[in-house]
Amino acid sequence: MTVGSDIPAKTADSDFANDNRQAATIGDAARDYLNRLRGGDMGSLPAILGLVVLFGVFTTLHDRFLTTYNMANLVIQASSIIVLAMGIVFVLLLGEIDLSAGVAGGASATIIALVMIDYDWPWWAATIAGIAAGAVIGFVIGSLVSFLGIPSFVVTLAFFLALQAVPLKLIGSGGSLRFDDSVLRGLSIKNIPVTAGWIAAGLIVVGFAALSLWRYRSRSARGLVHQPLALVVIQIVVLAAIVLGLTALLSANRAPNPNLFEISGIPRVLPVVIALLLFWTFVLTRTRFGRHLYAVGGNAEAARRAGINVTRIKISAFMICTGMAAISGLLSASYTGKVSPGSGGGNVLLYAVAAAVIGGTSLFGGRGRAMDAVIGGLVIATIPNGLGLLNQAAYINFVVTGGVLLLAASVDAISRRRRSAAGV
Amino acid sequence: MTQPLLELRGVNKSFGVVHVLHDVDFAVYPGQVTALVGDNGAGKSTLVKIIAGIYGRDTGDYLFDGEQVNVHGPRDVADLGVEVVYQDLALCDNLDIVENMFLGRELRSGIVLDDNAMEEKARETLASLSVRTVKSVRQSVASLSGGQRQTVAIAKAVLWNSKVVLLDEPTAALGVAQTRQVLDLVRRLADRGLGVVLISHNMTDVLEVADRITALYLGRVAADVFKEDVNQTQIVELITTGRSGELGIAENPATATV
Repeated sequence: MTVGSDIPAKTADSDFANDNRQAATIGDAARDYLNRLRGGDMGSLPAILGLVVLFGVFTTLHDRFLTTYNMANLVIQASSIIVLAMGIVFVLLLGEIDLSAGVAGGASATIIALVMIDYDWPWWAATIAGIAAGAVIGFVIGSLVSFLGIPSFVVTLAFFLALQAVPLKLIGSGGSLRFDDSVLRGLSIKNIPVTAGWIAAGLIVVGFAALSLWRYRSRSARGLVHQPLALVVIQIVVLAAIVLGLTALLSANRAPNPNLFEISGIPRVLPVVIALLLFWTFVLTRTRFGRHLYAVGGNAEAARRAGINVTRIKISAFMICTGMAAISGLLSASYTGKVSPGSGGGNVLLYAVAAAVIGGTSLFGGRGRAMDAVIGGLVIATIPNGLGLLNQAAYINFVVTGGVLLLAASVDAISRRRRSAAGV
Repeated sequence: MTQPLLELRGVNKSFGVVHVLHDVDFAVYPGQVTALVGDNGAGKSTLVKIIAGIYGRDTGDYLFDGEQVNVHGPRDVADLGVEVVYQDLALCDNLDIVENMFLGRELRSGIVLDDNAMEEKARETLASLSVRTVKSVRQSVASLSGGQRQTVAIAKAVLWNSKVVLLDEPTAALGVAQTRQVLDLVRRLADRGLGVVLISHNMTDVLEVADRITALYLGRVAADVFKEDVNQTQIVELITTGRSGELGIAENPATATV
């Protein structure tokens, strides 16, 4: 019985002989992790390794890849993919797919731009209108999938084709809408003040540390399953290193010609992405709705018998997905400064699906985190960024991205097989 | 004799022209394991689904604690304290034991899930059932053996202070040692004062763990007897022909008008 020595054994525990409460040492924790890897529970590890490899390759091939200027660019380029992928995670969790999310984002971005230009709506009202339009699309898709029982692949393929009409009708063929609201456009081209960036970074680190330690204390005091303290401390240190390192990187003057003008500070889009990440992580892991999402993705019949309203869960997942797609469409319009009839079409959606899957979200449902979208989105955004610097022809970009997606899907399928064999 | 916890009186059920249950009386007593036996098509599953509230009944009374109750769906039945553990275990592989046990009825403080309280209660329940085979309550259900999964499914039913637990073929897919575990657990449930219904094809299991045996034959109750009063041959006769010596249906229902 591996109960920590500081925990008084409860009376009930005497009957519950084999119950492990914690991995006793950091070594045990590492061994547990290795066992899970061998059992096929890879999580985000392949994506992190992939990111390291891509960074290594591009850094050796091009001396401007690892500059602060390019890193800030990468963050901005990745943001719209990450946000879309975060939405996609919700439908993938249910074992469904939404092929129309990209064009739904384009349609929403068109609506946002249009109401600002034609009706002089303030940026926040336009944004709410765009997200609402996205959610309505998701509601219709979710209803068709759950009430009529049409496979989501077919429903969303139909929406993928049909929704491309919206920007084309509203903008007109060959035209484009300017996207120059100072707040929304500023998300991509402006930075938050350096001091504010440091304060925010500090708050995140302190908040994470306080939350982890509080959780450790309350769980170990009540004799519940918990991680060893050393692991908690390592997690805090790693997070602090990443957050503070990124802040330091982005706070330096990164202008190509530092003597003429100054560009420094965290791009405004980054806090948006982080806020969404924290919000959806909370929803997925700490709320009843999140728990039910996983349950429906794992075994819809069991969820139904447990009294969960499967239809409601499905419709909400599609609404979250297209709502996030609207935000993603907004971010991509903010980056390019315009909305055109082709916005959100092409490979946007497939990039986002690839990002989610590369990050570790399963295509088969029941497994995935909001964080997967961030890691996977960085991998996907790094490829065109690096290849662009190397002046590679566009076709190489498609081949490499396709290859990476195929690799990620293979890792997912193989690890799923190993999971069912090892039963982890 | 004590009052039955749950009782059905004169239940009839038809699907279209097929009359599946004829005037079925069925009773579950506290602290007893009632085995429900019968051949395929005898109406066991239909009876269980009526008790579970999944099917309505055409005629007949549903009594709980001696009082007539109106049952309109699975929710009403669960509120009475009746839990059904289905044959194809209703567990989610991607969730751990605690998460499965509280699925659909998660404890919360505010809007946040109270994982600590759920883990404590799940562990207490497993311990009170003397479950010793589970490595950790935070283990994912996918990693459990058939017997352990059955144990979790049963513990899930017990967690809610239910008074009646129906087990549909709990040992059908299990090996020898695992069947042992589950039968011990079934016995312990009855010893705690619950009314347990065991639906099974396995005569050895039935004779070992049951206190009463209700045999269905072509939608009628062929016999409702104490285990001590019958032997294995008699049960098999009751299941296959509807009668055995003095026991059973007087008239052969196969030739009676349906």
